[in-house]
Amino acid sequence: MEGRKYRGNYRRNISGCGLAGMMSEDGRLMSGEPIIRAMEVLHDRANGLGGGFAAYGIYPHKKEFYALHIMYDDIRAKEATDVLLDERFEIDSEETIPTRKTPGIGKSPLLWRYFVTPKADRCTTDTCEEDFVIDAVMHINEKVEGAFIFSSGKNMGAFKAVGFPEDVGRFYRLDEYEAYTWIGHGRFPTNTPGWWGGAHPFTILDWALVHNGEISSYGINKRYLEMFGYKCTMLTDTEVGAYAFDLLLRKHKLPVEIACKVLSAPFWDEIDRMKEKGDPMADVYEKLRMVYGSILLNGPFAFIVGHTNGMIGLADRVKLRPMIAARKDDMLYIASEEAAIREISPELDRVWNPKAGEPVIGRLKNPVNNNSKAKVKAKAKVKETVA
Amino acid sequence: MKRVYAKEEVCIGCRLCEVYCRTEHSKSKNIIKAHKKEFPRPMARVLVEELRPVSFALQCRHCDEPACVEACITGALTKDESGRVVHDEAKCVGCWTCVLVCPHGAPQRDLERRKIAKCDLCPDRETPACVEMCPNEALVYEER
Amino acid sequence: MKTYQLPEVIIERDKDKCINCGVCVRQCAFEAHKFDEEGEVYSEDEKCVACQRCVSLCPTNALYIRDNKPFVKDNANWTAETQKYIWKQAETGGVLLTGMGNPKPYPIYWDHILLNASQVTNPSIDPLREPMELRTYLGSKPDNVQIKMVNGEPVIETKIAPNLVMKTPILFSAMSFGAISHNATVALAMASKELGTYWNTGEGGLSKSLYQYGPNTIVQVASGRFGVHSEYLDAAAAIEIKIGQGAKPGIGGHLPGEKVGRRVSETRMIPVGSDALSPAPHHDIYSIEDLSQLIYSLKEATEYTKPISVKISAVHNVAAIASGIARAGADIIAIDGFRGGTGAAPTMIRDNVGIPIELAIAAVDTRLREEGIRNKASVIAAGGFRNSADVIKAIALGADAVYIGTAALVAMGCHVCQKCYTGKCNWGIATQDPHLEKRLNPEIAAQRLYNLVRGWSHEVSEMLGGMGINAIESLRGNRLHLRGIALSKEEMDVLGIQVAGSPMA
Repeated sequence: MEGRKYRGNYRRNISGCGLAGMMSEDGRLMSGEPIIRAMEVLHDRANGLGGGFAAYGIYPHKKEFYALHIMYDDIRAKEATDVLLDERFEIDSEETIPTRKTPGIGKSPLLWRYFVTPKADRCTTDTCEEDFVIDAVMHINEKVEGAFIFSSGKNMGAFKAVGFPEDVGRFYRLDEYEAYTWIGHGRFPTNTPGWWGGAHPFTILDWALVHNGEISSYGINKRYLEMFGYKCTMLTDTEVGAYAFDLLLRKHKLPVEIACKVLSAPFWDEIDRMKEKGDPMADVYEKLRMVYGSILLNGPFAFIVGHTNGMIGLADRVKLRPMIAARKDDMLYIASEEAAIREISPELDRVWNPKAGEPVIGRLKNPVNNNSKAKVKAKAKVKETVA
Repeated sequence: MKRVYAKEEVCIGCRLCEVYCRTEHSKSKNIIKAHKKEFPRPMARVLVEELRPVSFALQCRHCDEPACVEACITGALTKDESGRVVHDEAKCVGCWTCVLVCPHGAPQRDLERRKIAKCDLCPDRETPACVEMCPNEALVYEER
Repeated sequence: MKTYQLPEVIIERDKDKCINCGVCVRQCAFEAHKFDEEGEVYSEDEKCVACQRCVSLCPTNALYIRDNKPFVKDNANWTAETQKYIWKQAETGGVLLTGMGNPKPYPIYWDHILLNASQVTNPSIDPLREPMELRTYLGSKPDNVQIKMVNGEPVIETKIAPNLVMKTPILFSAMSFGAISHNATVALAMASKELGTYWNTGEGGLSKSLYQYGPNTIVQVASGRFGVHSEYLDAAAAIEIKIGQGAKPGIGGHLPGEKVGRRVSETRMIPVGSDALSPAPHHDIYSIEDLSQLIYSLKEATEYTKPISVKISAVHNVAAIASGIARAGADIIAIDGFRGGTGAAPTMIRDNVGIPIELAIAAVDTRLREEGIRNKASVIAAGGFRNSADVIKAIALGADAVYIGTAALVAMGCHVCQKCYTGKCNWGIATQDPHLEKRLNPEIAAQRLYNLVRGWSHEVSEMLGGMGINAIESLRGNRLHLRGIALSKEEMDVLGIQVAGSPMA
C-alpha cells in the first residue's frame, strides 16, 4: 500500500477535513445516497486523498457476527491473514466487498469482508469476547504485512479509500445499503499521499470515528492508551480518539456525557467558579481531570463518533473546528457545515452551534443488545464452494 | 510627617547610607569627587551604630518637641511648618549645645567647618538618599 | 607546612575609583579586605572565594575579581585543578569538601533537546488571550473512576488518595535549615504561599515560626530523622522520605558543627556545635519492604491525609528503583539528578556519582508506563534546572513537576562560589552567623523568588501555547513535541525522542 512504509512508527497526517453524520433515533433504515450528497457539498474541504463512511444496521441477517472489512495488498497477505483468522474465529462466510468502477478511484487493494465469531473455547464472557476481537484485529494489523482490518463491529461497517468522499461512496455502492446511522468524512492530508487505510473513519469494534483537526496531545494520549493494551498501528493521530471512546465508555463504563467531559474537559477557571457556587459537579470534574489528565485531547478537533446505539458529536474545549448540529423529527444531523445538512434535509426543526466541549448525543430509542452469541452454520464458507 | 525609620533586623552594617548621605550633601554630588576631591570633606548626617550582630542607622528624629531647638543659642535650629527640624548653617556658631542636649546623639560635630551636621530629610529629593540606596531595604520613609 | 596552593582569584581594585568607604571590608566574612593604618583599603587575594559580594556592593564599582588560573604547562590530564586537589590533600590528609552542584563539563542534555511549535495545520494559542492551564496535582491517582447516578446527577464513588495541588509545576527543592539560614527558609515559605506552590524543609526540621506556612510545606524525614516529631508531621502538606540526593548518591547529609548554632540545635534536636551527620542508609530501611513499612507508618501517623513522597538520587538502575517505590505505596517519587546542589559534599562524590536527570526521568517514565503503573505515583524531577525551557522539556519527557534548588538560591543572591560548607556565606544564605544572616532580607528574597517562578511560569505558558496546547497535562510525557540534536542513537532511545528534522513524528 502506498505511503505505508513506516510500520509501527507514527507518521503524522494532518486532517483539515469535512465531516457529516446522520442518524434516525427511531432506527429507520436509510440508503447511503443522502450522506454521499452531503459529502459532495463538502467537496472543497477534501483534497481527494481520502474519503470514507461508516454505516450501522447494514447486515441485519448477520447481525450476531462480527463483520470484518479487510484490505489486502495482494493475495499472499490474504492467505497469511486467513491462517490467523482460522486460528481465532469460526468463519460463517466471506466474500469480496461489492464495488463499482468509479472515475476518481484508482487502483484498489483487494477488499474482503468476513462474518466471524470467536471460537467457542476462546471466550466465555461478553467483555472477554470484545477484548479478544480487538486483540485479534490489532495483532493482524501489526504483524501481517500488506493486510489491514478497517472495520470490526457487529451489524456495521466502515468503507474507505483514497479519493473524494462522494466517489468513495459510489465506488462502494453505498446507495445499495440501508442503515440507521451514516457517517461520512473527506480528508485533506498535508503530508504524503494517503493510503487507503489512512482515510477516516477509524474503527474499533463498533466504534467509528471521523475527525477534523490535529491532536497536539497525541504523544501522551498514545502512551496512556498503550498502558491499557491498545496498539496505535495506524498512521494518524485520529486513532487515539476512537480508542479513547472505547476505553472510557466500554471498559470504564463512564456515562457518555462524562466521557465527553473527560476528552474535552472544562477549564479550571470554570470548575473553580462552580465550586464557589457550591455546584457538586465541580468535584466530579476536578477528580476526572486528575485521573484522566493524560487522555485529555488537546488541539483543534471535531469528532463524529458512531456506535451501535447512537452517534456523538464532540468538539475541542476552545471550539477551534466547526461543527453544526440539527434535528428534524427523529433525525439527528451533525456536520462541518449547515449546507451539508440542508442538502439532505432542507427543512429542519432546530439548528444549533454546539459550544466548546458541549457534546451532541443521539440515542436509539430502542437500544440494541449486541451480546447475543452467533451460531455458525456449518459449511457456509464461500471459499469452499466448488462447482 | 514622614520620618526615616530603621529596621534593625535587616541592617547589615555596611554603612552605605553614610556614603550616600555624604555624597548627597556634597558640592559635586559625585560620589568619587565628594569622597576624594572635596575639602573640607562633606559630612554624613547619619551614623550606623553597631554592636554585632545588632546594627542600625541613626539620624535626627525631627522630634515633636526638639530639645535642640530650645537649646540653640543663635536660633540656627528651628522647626518648620512641615515638622522638620531645620539647621541654618549661616547662623550656626559651633557651640555644640545641641550636641549636648540631643537625647539621640543626632547632631554630628563638623570639626573642620566648626558647625554641626544634621539630617535634613534631603529636601531636594523625593525620598532621602539613605532610604533609597540602602541595599537591604533597612530604612523606610513613612508616616507613623 | 607551607601550602603550594595559589590564590584562585586576584582582587583588582581601581585606586582612582576606590573611596575607602570600607563597605568591602565590612561585607567580607572571609576577611579578604582590610583597612591599613592610613585608613586605606587593601586586599588579600588568597582569602577571596569569588562570591562577588564586595563587587556587588561597592558604590563606585572599583572592584573586579579576576580568575587566577595558575600557569601549569599545557596538560589535559594534570590540570591546575587536579594538581591543586592533590596539594590540598597532601597538606590536610582530609576528604575534599565542596558545596553546590556538579560543575564538570558533562553533557547537558537539555541543550540537545528542541521543542516544537504549531503552524498552519494547528493554531498556536496566545496565553495572554486564552486560558493556559498549568495547574498540577501531585499524588497517587486511580486508573479509572466508578460513577454512580444519584438523583440523576453523577457522583464519583472512587476514593482518590490525597494529592497536592499547585498553580504551577515548579516547587522549591529540599534545602535544610542548617545548610541555609533561617531567613532563607522564611523567604522560601513566603514565596511558596504567594505562588500557590510548595517548598521543602530538607532534613533540617521546621521552625515553629513557620508552621503557619504548613499548607505550603513539604517536610522531610531523612536518615538522621532530624526534627521529626508528631507536630512536625501534622503541620505539613506532605511528607518526603529522603533516601538520597543527586549531589551525593549513596552517602548521607553533612552539616559541619560550625553551622549548628542554638536555633539549628533546637530545630534539629541535636547538641550545639555537633556535626550533624545523616547516616548513609536509613538504618531501618535496608530493603524495599522496609521502605514500604516506613511509608505506611507515616500514613498511619497522619491518618492517610497527606501524600508521602520518596526522594532518590538518579543512579544507574533508577527505573527499577522507582518502580519498586511506586509499588511500595509512595504517592510521589522525587528524582534528583547528578547536578543537584548541596551545602556540603565530598568533591569526588559530587563530581562522579549519579546520572543526568534528563535520562533518569525518561527511563523512569517509560518503565512505569511499560508496567502499567504510571498513575500510582507522580514524578518530580530535580537537579540543575536553570530556566523555564529546562522545566518544560522535563515535563515533556514525563515529569509531573520540577524541583528547583540552586536556581532559587541564585535568585536570592547566591553566586555559586561553592563555599557553603564554611558557613561564611556573604549573601546570608548558607550561613548561621546572625551578622551574616541579616544580609538576606526575607521580604526582598521572597519577592525575588516569586518573580522568578512567576516569570518562568509565564514562559512555560508561552511555549505551551506555541505548541497548540492549553493544558499542561497534554504535554506531560508527550515526547513527540521534542527532538534531539547532536545526540547518539542510544541516547535518543533512552530519551524516547527522534532526531530533529526526522519525518517521523
